[in-house]
Amino acid sequence: MAETGRLTRAAAGPALSPVTLLRAAIILSALAVWELLSHSGWLYRDVVPSLLSILRALIALLTSPSYYFNLGVTAAEIATALAIGGLSGVAVGILLGANRFLSKAFESYIYYLGPTPKIIFFPVMIMWFGVGPESKVALGTLSCFFPVALSVAAGMRGIDKVLIRVGESFRAGPWQMVVKIYLPAMRHPIINGIRLGLGVALIGTLLAETKLSNKGIGFLIINAYSTFDMPRMYALLIVLFVLAIGANALVGRLGGLDSIKRI
Amino acid sequence: MTAAAPAKLSNLGNFTARVVGIGALVLFLLVAEILIQTGAISRFIVPPPSEIIGSFYRIITQEHVFSRFLLTAGECLTAGVMITVFGIAGGVLMHRFKLLQQACETWVAAMASAPVVLMYPLFMVIFGRNVWTIIMMGFVAALPPVILKTIEGIAGTRKVLVNVGRSFNLSPAQQFWKILFPAALPTIFVGVRLGLIFALINIVGVEFLINYGGLGQLIEDLAERYDLGGTYAAICFVILVSVLFFMALEKAERWLRPVD
Repeated sequence: MAETGRLTRAAAGPALSPVTLLRAAIILSALAVWELLSHSGWLYRDVVPSLLSILRALIALLTSPSYYFNLGVTAAEIATALAIGGLSGVAVGILLGANRFLSKAFESYIYYLGPTPKIIFFPVMIMWFGVGPESKVALGTLSCFFPVALSVAAGMRGIDKVLIRVGESFRAGPWQMVVKIYLPAMRHPIINGIRLGLGVALIGTLLAETKLSNKGIGFLIINAYSTFDMPRMYALLIVLFVLAIGANALVGRLGGLDSIKRI
Repeated sequence: MTAAAPAKLSNLGNFTARVVGIGALVLFLLVAEILIQTGAISRFIVPPPSEIIGSFYRIITQEHVFSRFLLTAGECLTAGVMITVFGIAGGVLMHRFKLLQQACETWVAAMASAPVVLMYPLFMVIFGRNVWTIIMMGFVAALPPVILKTIEGIAGTRKVLVNVGRSFNLSPAQQFWKILFPAALPTIFVGVRLGLIFALINIVGVEFLINYGGLGQLIEDLAERYDLGGTYAAICFVILVSVLFFMALEKAERWLRPVD
């Protein structure tokens, strides 16, 4: 009986689970409703383009060299914003986390400024850095700084005191303490902060591109809107969402966040 | 996540730290004022803080900042009601039907991390350049945390409470309204709070981007007129409103969750 059971389970393994079936059913229903809407004439023409035209636009987009150029521009802006905002966030987070006085004096500013809409600073960024990529990088940096600083400061305070005492007993200098004790012990909060920072830097940079630019993915999106090329806009949004969710998952996986229980 | 630093500082230390925090801000503004007045920083890029403070009166009286504030607040309130109704209903539905939860929870979490606000040009095509684009953008961006926190709250109801309900032979509806929902309410409110913050950020952002509506549009309008003092004052006003909104939500959450 045991053998039979094992064989039965083994045979049932590759079959589709109810969850997969339900997911497939939801996706197929959504696609069917979409296609029906696109042919129904209930909505304005082209607001819901047919799936085939979106697929064609997606292929045209992915085979176009200009898409890769604009993707490169946006990726470079986001990477620069993440580097500047992330590093300054880590530095400020370590300072605030290590020093109670500084934390009490300044952390509330960062805490309360963190969840404010950063895009409204874009006119200021244009005045300071011009209309080129620099203003987009600046907005991405501003968006990215706050979550990283807060996450690192909280992570710093959560470091096991024993580790700090070990560092002190080895007479480690401030730099050695940062490199050998603090940073390794705060790997997860830092990666989590960078993951949050990446998300908001991406939004900040792309929104700034949609507002005023002549290159980048944000520019392509607003250009598709201006020319009312809806299939292209859908294709761009699909690609963007896949890239953004993928990048978020990749940073989380690289930092081993999967192993942390979700709070 | 709270801003509170480890509470090891004495009362005097806390007071000194606060004074240093405020003092540093005042010093920063003074230094900026001197640098701009002496021409070290161009006043055509950064207006002096005194001019920004002076512009507050002007934007309040001439730019109808309070009616704009009410418009933005109304948009936030509408989006807030929508995320509360649809988010809680979605969360309850997903908790009730486990298969649906297993199939869709990952999607909702992915949507929470997706740059949904970038769909605003699409929403403009669908809803037009009007207040509904702004509200719907706030709604879509703020919905995932309410759904996720509702599921978490209901699933986290203490077993003993559920057993009390069973021992009273409560019907499924009674079990939900008398046991599960009240027990999950504090966690649901965390989701609603996060949702409202996301909604405010997105609503003001989209107002600015599409140049329509309340406070966000005011900033865009003043920036286009190159009214530097007014632009900076309007940005400060929006930041102030966001911070006060955030603080009020925090207070409400603490009131709802007295023991944590």
